Amino acid sequence: MNKVTVDARGLACPLPVVNAKRAADEMKNGGVLEVLVDNEIAVQNLQKFAGQKGYAVSGEKTAEKEYRVLIQVNGGSVAVPDARKSGMVIVLSANVMGTGDETLGTSLMKAFIFAVTKQDMLPETILCYNTGAYLTCEDSDSLEDLKALEAEGVKVLTCGTCLDFYGLKEKLAVGSVTNMYEIVEIMENADSVIRP
Amino acid sequence: MKDKIQFCKGGGCTAKLGAGALNKVLGMLPKGADDGNLLVGYDSKDDAAVYKVSDNEAYVQTLDFFPPMVEDPYIFGQIAAANAMSDVFAMGGEVKTALNIVCFPEDMDLNILGEIMQGGSEKVIEAGGVLAGGHSIADDSVKYGLSVTGIVHPDKIYSNNTGKPGDVLVLTKKLGVGIICTADRIGEASAEAMQEAVNSMTALNKAAAEISRKYRVDACTDVTGFGLLGHLHEMMDGRNSCEIFADCVPVMQNVLEYADEFYLTAAAQKNRNHVERYVHFTDISFAMEEVLFDPQTSGGLLMAVHPDDAQAMMGEMNKARIPAAIIGEITEKKEYEISVI
Repeated sequence: MNKVTVDARGLACPLPVVNAKRAADEMKNGGVLEVLVDNEIAVQNLQKFAGQKGYAVSGEKTAEKEYRVLIQVNGGSVAVPDARKSGMVIVLSANVMGTGDETLGTSLMKAFIFAVTKQDMLPETILCYNTGAYLTCEDSDSLEDLKALEAEGVKVLTCGTCLDFYGLKEKLAVGSVTNMYEIVEIMENADSVIRP
Repeated sequence: MKDKIQFCKGGGCTAKLGAGALNKVLGMLPKGADDGNLLVGYDSKDDAAVYKVSDNEAYVQTLDFFPPMVEDPYIFGQIAAANAMSDVFAMGGEVKTALNIVCFPEDMDLNILGEIMQGGSEKVIEAGGVLAGGHSIADDSVKYGLSVTGIVHPDKIYSNNTGKPGDVLVLTKKLGVGIICTADRIGEASAEAMQEAVNSMTALNKAAAEISRKYRVDACTDVTGFGLLGHLHEMMDGRNSCEIFADCVPVMQNVLEYADEFYLTAAAQKNRNHVERYVHFTDISFAMEEVLFDPQTSGGLLMAVHPDDAQAMMGEMNKARIPAAIIGEITEKKEYEISVI
């Protein structure tokens, strides 16, 4: 597959996004656009750009002041190649699965999220609230799986009030923050809501 | 003019630290004993400090400085000065004295420094103040601003967080200078757009503040680094909510198309990270959202005005060619602090 790299380290905003946009415009047949940047805000601006364009995106910190953002650029005007089942929403309302022993519950939840990544049909959205917020933050066992889902175009949303309450605001490591209006709206519009 | 290209990095209010980072540090500072004469300190996150010296007089003290956001040093000086003095106007005060704050590389042409300070001193004179001295430091990059002292009657101070439900929100300058300067920095801004931004940034908030004093203004602040939504968040202060009518918010030419091209600042993203959870957007375009988060260098005044006074005040402002607009209203507290519709 076509892969293009833009090294935007050392460049101030908006150049990382502007250069990435130019490179994406050049990629007539689509492919993976790798953008290297040196700060978190540039990563967020690239995610915003990809979100606007409907491109799947994932980002990771590779070293101190080094971040790698992968953007799946679609060729032509084709929409995101959709392996997602529209209207399916998974709700993670706790960091454990089921009630009972906590250690068991934790490993069940990790296994559940891993199993989701292996499905042919992925959910459109994953909503995390209450202690479910821990799953999308640093030190979560499921971070890699959730990042992989996000890279496939699954929206990963975590409740902002919950991040605040548990002091996790600075630790969110995948997806973006949501609010109660959006949570209600997503659930209302869902064809199916799955709760492990 | 190779020097001048070097001269302009991400400047103006886009260079401010994010509010989130700042609050952490400020929260840890020792407070010291209370002084009853300190009418406005930084507990209130207000624009300037106000200290009462008698029943009829208080002084307003503020300072602001930043790196250049335009290539022309003379215009940069004007903008930095207009921006620094704006905090006095936002408190309802009059500018009296100003001191220069300068950082300047030792190996750079001193004529450039002269032009910066020329621009600054002309604005101080226009504001009715006296430039009374200053300090300069040799540094790697240029920074300029003013420390400003003004006076105000202790009963007529504008606070930034005392708006009441029912008050009408008035904004006295158009939004978009952060995005236009960013587009300009990479050579993508039209000359007309940049000129409009420069005219706006060099304009003093003095005339708008003077007109406002004839009317019932419950709260006032100037819109700067935190963007319109960030400053609205401070004005609501956890007690009130507001509705903003996006179609009524005055926006500079070309800004929306530049936002759609992603000529966005890091500071706007920091503003979004800090304030987004207090805001609910209903059918607002991505570009307009970005404008509402855009940091404004030397932005306009944002005022909470008694509803019966707003029309008359608007009439007088527009007559004085101030591009003021009614952009929304304060409501009782709702689930969302700021609703943009």
